Amino acid sequence: MDALVLVEHDGGAADEVSLQALSLAAAYADGAVNAVVIGAGADEPAGLGGVATAFVAELDGEAFAPDAWAAALCGLIGRLAPGVVIAAGSDRGNDVMARVAARLDLPLAANCTAAQPTGDGASVTRVRWGGSLLEEASLVGSPALLTTAPHAFAEAPRGGGAAIERFTPALEDGDLLVSVREHVDAGGGGVSLADAAVVVSGGRGVGSAEAFAVVEELAGLLGAAVGCSRAVTMAGWRPHSDQVGQTGTKIAPDLYIPCGISGATQHMAGCKGAKHLLAINGDAAAPIFASADYAVIGDLHEVLPAISEAIRKARQS
Amino acid sequence: MNVLVAVKRVPVTGGRIVLSDDRRAIDTRHLGFTISPHEECAAEEAVRLVEAHGGASTVLTLGPPEAEEQLRDSLAVGIDRAIHIVTDGEEWDPQATAGAIVAALEAERAAGTDYELILFGNESADAANFQIGARVARALRRPFVSGVKALALEDGAAAVRLEQQAGAGRDVYRVALPAVVSVKEGLNLPRYPSVPGRLRAKRKPLETRTPERPAARLALRSLSLPPGSGKQARILGHGAEAAPAVVEVLAELGLL
Ligand SMILES: Cc1cc2nc3c(=O)[nH]c(=O)nc-3n(C[C@H](O)[C@H](O)[C@H](O)COP(=O)(O)OP(=O)(O)OC[C@H]3O[C@@H](n4cnc5c(N)ncnc54)[C@H](O)[C@@H]3O)c2cc1C
Ligand SMILES: Nc1ncnc2c1ncn2[C@@H]1O[C@H](COP(=O)(O)O)[C@@H](O)[C@H]1O
Repeated sequence: MDALVLVEHDGGAADEVSLQALSLAAAYADGAVNAVVIGAGADEPAGLGGVATAFVAELDGEAFAPDAWAAALCGLIGRLAPGVVIAAGSDRGNDVMARVAARLDLPLAANCTAAQPTGDGASVTRVRWGGSLLEEASLVGSPALLTTAPHAFAEAPRGGGAAIERFTPALEDGDLLVSVREHVDAGGGGVSLADAAVVVSGGRGVGSAEAFAVVEELAGLLGAAVGCSRAVTMAGWRPHSDQVGQTGTKIAPDLYIPCGISGATQHMAGCKGAKHLLAINGDAAAPIFASADYAVIGDLHEVLPAISEAIRKARQS
Repeated sequence: MNVLVAVKRVPVTGGRIVLSDDRRAIDTRHLGFTISPHEECAAEEAVRLVEAHGGASTVLTLGPPEAEEQLRDSLAVGIDRAIHIVTDGEEWDPQATAGAIVAALEAERAAGTDYELILFGNESADAANFQIGARVARALRRPFVSGVKALALEDGAAAVRLEQQAGAGRDVYRVALPAVVSVKEGLNLPRYPSVPGRLRAKRKPLETRTPERPAARLALRSLSLPPGSGKQARILGHGAEAAPAVVEVLAELGLL
């Protein structure tokens, strides 16, 4: 049984999450692993470890057009008859695979952390609730359509050696109607929450928009990004772009400092990638402490100014 | 313009999820219920579009009889009417869910109601299958854009401009209506239901449908909790006097 993998890339270099999808494909399929590569820079796909043939789709224009990508995949599925088709569980991977599943009327298991073939499809483990819960499920249909949960699989080696075959996908009318018309860059400055090495977040316990000054002060001293919980965005104290969690931003800093945040599963779904967690909360029984490496129990309005002051002193001496 | 929003009833889990004895569901005996924040934003957007451009908004759910609570919640924030596809409480798989939604939309069209815009959440809060919107759009042969965080009508409400987060920036799409869009939290700041809103919601029209559940092709076998962090927090202190210990930790981590 062969596998077909949708490889997302930056100018031809495969994304990490796509290398993870390739490694599931190699483990899942006993035959060849082939890849589909589409978009700007796709002519020279690089470092597709373990891929037999990289099929490079030639589309009119280079802008992302999810229906055309789905059409390209469906065409190859018809031709190669793979037993499994895998993409990364990224925004684009999940989007395109949902369209493929809809076109072929096949089941799709999104964000898998494990998958094995069975007689009539696949047995999968997949992520629910942003990673707070795992589901064992049976998928019935062929090819099995899967996406991989980010960072659930090791990356396939970036080795070379894939044969390259160009093809022009057969498109239906309307397959190019949905396409990216324009890209707007992020408004300047500041530390981006998703990439920050340190994040200091405030929750309902902060009390008001103005009271975030103590959170901002500590963040400023540490060169950290400011985050918050959903209780805070719902109260209008901070914009949603600051929200950490299942329906906010997923962060992976070296140090995460949640202050006055209880630790609801949906908040924790956004900070599982943090290497160290230092929680500040007035309630010693708050669930956040179960995920913390370091705990400070107390009123954040006393604790945060004291920490900022102590940092300044330590830096002076 | 007519706008339809699809929402799903899910439990509000707090700091810890507890599974039912058969490990096929969350133990909800002590929990309240809600919908995904993404879907709350979809409902808010539908209300605003109808406020600005006229027409009517409809909320639809597929779920157990108790899911009427989530429909009334949406009616309380200003949605005009509701469609309840009533199930026996079993979770329907994505193909079955999409199929039942499409059948309801076809019945609506046969009865003279068509929707210029159909809104979904980007993913449901619990199952997160990332696919119902795409399946419904395909069945209706309408353009579909996922993960939308900004939406504005253009060309005298004949088209819509949509923004999707892409890395640190935004990708912009333009599609003609009718269209199907899935949205993410951040699209807007949803209003809270008012007391008069709640009272009005009780009298707003709600229609039910009870289709048969097809066999699942993505069948849940069991649920499990991922291994806990296993962490034992080091208590650095109480109140302001913890500050020196915090500074020591910052120094250990090379952050001073
Ligand atoms: C589907 C879904 C998705 C969600 N997505 C997200 C998400 O992306 N992000 C998110 O954050 N939430 C999300 N939520 C909401 C989540 O369930 C919680 O409601 C939310 O995280 C609570 O925010 P909080 O911890 O700030 O508030 P609370 O739970 O009210 O906790 C406040 C905490 O502050 C402490 N405190 C109070 N005063 C002080 C003080 N002076 N000093 C120190 N400590 C103090 C209290 O002890 C308490 O622990 C989602 C919910 C659902 C249902
Ligand atoms: N049972 C349901 N009833 C109504 N709408 C649903 C249901 N399940 C999913 N949806 C809609 O489809 C979106 C995507 O769901 P999913 O494909 O499960 O991630 C959700 O945010 C809802 O808008």
